[in-house]
Amino acid sequence: MADLTAGSLRSRPLVLRYPATLVFLACLALFTLGVTILSEGFGIGVISTSFVKTLGKTLCLCLVALAMDLVWGYCGILSLGHMAFFGLGGYAIGMWLMYERTRLIVVDSLAAAPLPPTPQEISDGIASQIFGVVGASEFPPIWAFAHSLPLQLAAVVLAPGLLALVFGWLAFRSRVTGVYLSILTQAMTLALALYLFQNDSGLRGNNGLSGLQNLPGLERVGQATVSLWFFWGSALALGLGYVLATWVVSGKFGSVLRGIRDDEARVRFLGYPVEAFKLFIFTLSAVIAGIAGALYYPQAGIINPAELAPIASIYLAVWVAIGGRGRLYGAVIGAAFVSLLSTWFTGGQAPDLWIGSYRVQWVNWWTVLLGLSFVAVTLFAPKGIGGLIDLLAERRRPDRHGKDLGPGEGALREEEADR
Amino acid sequence: MPKTLLSSAAILAASVLPAMAQDCPIKVGVLHSLSGTMAISETTLKDTMEMLIEQQNADGGLLGCDLEAVVVDPASDWPLFAEKARELLTVHEVDVIFGNWTSVSRKSVLPVLEELNGLLFYPVQYEGEESSKNVFYTGAAPNQQAIPATDYFLEELGVEKFALLGTDYVYPRTTNNILESYLQQKGIDDSDIFVNYTPFGHSDWSKIVSDVVALGADGKKVGVISTINGDANVGFYKELAAAGISADDIPVVAFSVGEEELSGLDTSNLVGHLAAWNYFQSADTDANAEWVAAWKERMGEDRVTNDPMEAHYIGFNMWVNAVEQAGTTDVDAVREAMYGQEFPNLTGGTAVMLPNHHLSKPVLIGEIQEDGQFDIISQTEEVPGDAWTDYLPESAVLTSDWAALDCGMYNTETESCVQIKSNY
Amino acid sequence: MTRHLWKILALAVTLVAAPATAQDADAPIQRVLQEHGQIIADSSRLTIGPAIDALATSGLPAAQTVLEKWRAKEMWRDEASGLFVWAEEIDRDTIRAFDFADGAEIGTRPDDDYTQLKPNSGIRAMIGAALVRFQLSDPSPAIRARALNAIERDAEASHLVALREAAATEDNPRLADRIARLERLLTIRFAEDDAERIAAIDSFHGDLAVDVRAALNPLAATVIDVATVMPEGEAIVGRLRPGSDRLPEADAYAILVDKGLAKPRISRDAQRAALVSHIDGGAVAGIEVATLDTEAAREMAYAALAETGAVEPVATSAEITAALDGFTFYERYTAASPAVAIAAAAVLTSIENTVALNQAADLALDALSLASIYFLAAIGLAITFGVMGVINMAHGEFIMMGAYTGYVVQQIVPDYTLSILVALPLAFAITFAAGVAMERLVIRWLYHRPLETLLATFGISIALQQIAKNIFGTQARPLTSPDWLDGSLAINDIVSISYIRIAIFILALVFLALFLFVMNRTRLGLEVRAVTQNPRMAASMGINPDRINMLTFGFGSGIAGIAGVAIGLYAKVTSEMGADYIVQSFMTVVVGGVGSIWGTLLGATMVGTLQKGIEWLNPSNTLAAQTYMILFIILFIQFRPRGIVALRGRAAEA
Repeated sequence: MADLTAGSLRSRPLVLRYPATLVFLACLALFTLGVTILSEGFGIGVISTSFVKTLGKTLCLCLVALAMDLVWGYCGILSLGHMAFFGLGGYAIGMWLMYERTRLIVVDSLAAAPLPPTPQEISDGIASQIFGVVGASEFPPIWAFAHSLPLQLAAVVLAPGLLALVFGWLAFRSRVTGVYLSILTQAMTLALALYLFQNDSGLRGNNGLSGLQNLPGLERVGQATVSLWFFWGSALALGLGYVLATWVVSGKFGSVLRGIRDDEARVRFLGYPVEAFKLFIFTLSAVIAGIAGALYYPQAGIINPAELAPIASIYLAVWVAIGGRGRLYGAVIGAAFVSLLSTWFTGGQAPDLWIGSYRVQWVNWWTVLLGLSFVAVTLFAPKGIGGLIDLLAERRRPDRHGKDLGPGEGALREEEADR
Repeated sequence: MPKTLLSSAAILAASVLPAMAQDCPIKVGVLHSLSGTMAISETTLKDTMEMLIEQQNADGGLLGCDLEAVVVDPASDWPLFAEKARELLTVHEVDVIFGNWTSVSRKSVLPVLEELNGLLFYPVQYEGEESSKNVFYTGAAPNQQAIPATDYFLEELGVEKFALLGTDYVYPRTTNNILESYLQQKGIDDSDIFVNYTPFGHSDWSKIVSDVVALGADGKKVGVISTINGDANVGFYKELAAAGISADDIPVVAFSVGEEELSGLDTSNLVGHLAAWNYFQSADTDANAEWVAAWKERMGEDRVTNDPMEAHYIGFNMWVNAVEQAGTTDVDAVREAMYGQEFPNLTGGTAVMLPNHHLSKPVLIGEIQEDGQFDIISQTEEVPGDAWTDYLPESAVLTSDWAALDCGMYNTETESCVQIKSNY
Repeated sequence: MTRHLWKILALAVTLVAAPATAQDADAPIQRVLQEHGQIIADSSRLTIGPAIDALATSGLPAAQTVLEKWRAKEMWRDEASGLFVWAEEIDRDTIRAFDFADGAEIGTRPDDDYTQLKPNSGIRAMIGAALVRFQLSDPSPAIRARALNAIERDAEASHLVALREAAATEDNPRLADRIARLERLLTIRFAEDDAERIAAIDSFHGDLAVDVRAALNPLAATVIDVATVMPEGEAIVGRLRPGSDRLPEADAYAILVDKGLAKPRISRDAQRAALVSHIDGGAVAGIEVATLDTEAAREMAYAALAETGAVEPVATSAEITAALDGFTFYERYTAASPAVAIAAAAVLTSIENTVALNQAADLALDALSLASIYFLAAIGLAITFGVMGVINMAHGEFIMMGAYTGYVVQQIVPDYTLSILVALPLAFAITFAAGVAMERLVIRWLYHRPLETLLATFGISIALQQIAKNIFGTQARPLTSPDWLDGSLAINDIVSISYIRIAIFILALVFLALFLFVMNRTRLGLEVRAVTQNPRMAASMGINPDRINMLTFGFGSGIAGIAGVAIGLYAKVTSEMGADYIVQSFMTVVVGGVGSIWGTLLGATMVGTLQKGIEWLNPSNTLAAQTYMILFIILFIQFRPRGIVALRGRAAEA
């Protein structure tokens, strides 16, 4: 009987098997359509270009939260360094954007010179424009491929992927697990951020890469339109990422992942190569994070090493936890909810609150609220916002015995599920 | 073709309309971090702007309108600066923005300002090498702070060996680069220049301080030029005091330490060390006395004034005068009216806005006193701010003149405009 | 009211009466001052020399007063008459002026009529040097010592004679020593007789002081010179080959060019400028401008130009090699007397070896000090994380709370020594209470969910940080150490360590002892170890695990609070100071080995030494040291996941 259900499930397309995925994709499509129609770039202009950018960036954050959910919610690896991969993706695309835009400017200005420019002069010109602000005028070797969009696009995937692969291989091989791994990942992103802060890293140190919102050669198009393009791109990436994540965590592979999360030793005794599974999911999520970063930073306009600081990665974990880890839509909801709320509170729009004679200015107290609500979620609502959906759907706790917990079902540790 | 026609018509309409009827109130954007690491410095500037706007409104406003401050919080997050700048210009439709502290944040908002033709007044001393059509730099360029201070070291203190200590970011990097080049031109050997960069908030200074002391071993007088930023100064000066280094042995001149930073320190061991600015609270003029009194009345007796506050004071008043002269808040008209604007400094003399968007201001050198204030021991004539330094070969050929050349990065050798927009 | 009136009246009277007590413009001292009035007012070190000399050599009794008042920024100049006076500031707007000639009070004046002369520290040093002649024979030892300070800072040839005179009469043994030493130093610099100088130089054999090296190094300075044949003589240090480390080929060729012995090379810019200036109808020397878009094409065009004689030909690489081969490069002493230079170089070599040794010692001290700071920051964590296994991300905020406690206490208790004594136990009490509260409210619900503990305590951490910001502001707050912790213990001019760092080191040792005592010698320690090893078994033996967990966590937090006071004393107090230490502290504990205090000690030592070591290798970039240290730790943990001191058996499983 169980076999039969499984078989019939398997024969249907992936998206149809998990209605939550379908609902999510439909919502995303509607949202994209709605924003597009209401945007300035399309003509109606109810939604300002800056808000389109905010929404586009939020979608990218949702995507990286999805990646975080894959490693943490499904595989139990609490990585506190995923924003490093996000940042690397941003740097990779940023290098090309910056190089190419500067090249066009330099070529234009040198065209007026009495002698036609030599390749060396062009390259020197670009270098002094890009690195002039940090007191250098030569290209560091790391910029060797910056002239080529395809190569830098490949770097978006390869740089985070390789870093995750090497780091993961070292860490999982020596069986570093649990909080140790968390601290180690945190150290990794701190080391990377400190490295990038140095001028010697060749990526403009603290200044980072800026002016990324201007696409080379497309200055005439205008930010209203460009912001829409990136919004669409981010929505598409999120949609595809969601489907990919659904596919990864469903079926037998997903079961093994959840097994590793709940009891790594037992899965190992069953003969599964636990390290290989962990390495795969860690690297995959790093690649997704890199892609999200590559879409995020051209919308933000600037990337600098502060973006890779450990605190950013911890916030990522906060989003996933508040949204409800172990379910894909939970991560997305958490990222969108918390980051948009954060924008609203720090934007100064939230009305002040009077407690007795003390005026609570949310700009100052929002972080406190966030921190405390985080403690509250951990203590009282481990399922996060996703738990509300369970309440609405009147879904009972999943019966762990023999049932495959899908991407939309919520997945807690066994003892929690039984409680 | 029709599209260009349409857009030029729109530009025409946009430039004509405000001249006919000024819509009230006039909005002034304030883009300073109120949270995060930079809040420490920038909140003061937000308060300064609010005070200036209130004073202006009490004096009858501007063009018959009240001024309204639109305060946003970019939270020391550089990408957020760009986002908030866009929000100020497109959603709130402010007429001018006063804001930013760090160079990174300025570089972050530049593309937005240039795209949307906004107007920014930037009040902090910075590394130069920039002149945007949409930014007025009311803080010091290197030749208004770093170069005079170095001259002072060379001539007045007879320093022959230099330790350039800085926090690792763009302002110290570029400034030290300029200074290295300048010192070499002054005949200081490469081996007599020691450069060190430390991270933000660095606290372990013992090794660096002993390195500096060891520099004196070849019999040359050593001086420290510090571009150390923010909190890190606390540890640095504590270690300096602990090592018993007096200002008479190894003088330290700082470009980022003002009255505000010293309030976090016990200065009794630092008496005699130097800072170079365009303004000190101790300046003995009536205008300054009034300004300090107004500030203390508003913010509390223990608050101090500093150089970027004066920069906002000058910048804001110049903008007000330019708007009155132009009869509109339209950015292009105001910019034209800004050139040649004059306004009295709080330290005496008159600041003039140059066509390269920098001010001409006097340079002051002060010695730290026990009470955390500075004793002004040297005050120069007004020095015109130089957007592109004369001491780096690739910048020496560049000049900026938005009035005559309409270009912020003009190559005098090839006689062509390198670019209209800025490097970001 | 009447009192005010009287005051105003009195002021008015003095103002009106002012001309009556006008000072004597013809007094000799005033004449000397007036003669140099302009340069004194200009107040620049470059031009002030004659004025100071004139005063110092005037032989007038008032000269010393003038110099002293001037140095103390108490000399003022009457703007109308140009006369100099000295004055005390009464308040912001008024001064009480005195005449230099007879010290008579001139009266109270508004300061707008006078300009205060503020000599900068360069001029002050010159005045100090000029004052030496008056001060060396002063009856007060303190003033004589000040004269010696002035000589140390800014010695002149004339001081040598003065010192030799003073040496004969000095009766204070400490000052006599200083005079003798200074006399030898000044002999090296200013004496005429070479034998005398060499004797003085040799007397400093192995002396580490910076001023000795400062005196010797200029004497032993060398310069690279060039000749066709190797010259002979004492002044020659040795021969240098172009292409060696000391003399790269490019430098060697540049020397030749400088001396006009070879043709210059041409820079790319100069080449381009030359080509541009010879463009003739779209072509340079017959070559089309449009084709000049590569280096090779431009070189050809330049060569073609040179053939026409329009520009100077440039050196080819063969010519450069030939030129370098044709000359001999050598290094020679620049000092006038080679014998003195050789003696100085020999003594310097002896010093240099000792210096290297001492620098290593100093580095070791620095490393030890950094290690003790890391240890102090991590020891609380060694208890909560190491012993209990609780990840407390808010540990750094406990450090911060301790530091702010110290700051608040200093606001209330102004005496620094007393305030520190109050602050230490108070910081412990406050953070202990905070730790207990946190354990009761949050952590005990999460003992079996370590990852959740991490996140929940992180939430507390950001909340505490922001609350601190809201209360104390983002500005760094002063936490000042008592006077007896000021300054540093200088073993010699190279090896020194500040007292505050020694205090931190001692505090770290005290904590280590305290930890060992509590864990191994007290009932609490016994119970803690029992609960850690097996809570159920411990409970059945009558130990209340809840209470023990609470106390242990409070103890760890309390220690963090005390550490906060110490760290605040040496660095800074900001709301973010905890965040600076949290990652390092976790690293220290993990590297050392969880659960062992000795491991934490070793971990801190390793992290501290490593960081100082890397800093020494790359002195211009402190950030690199931190980066590579973290990378090293990441790799270290890969190969030794349980840290340096790995616990065996069941404890390791926990």
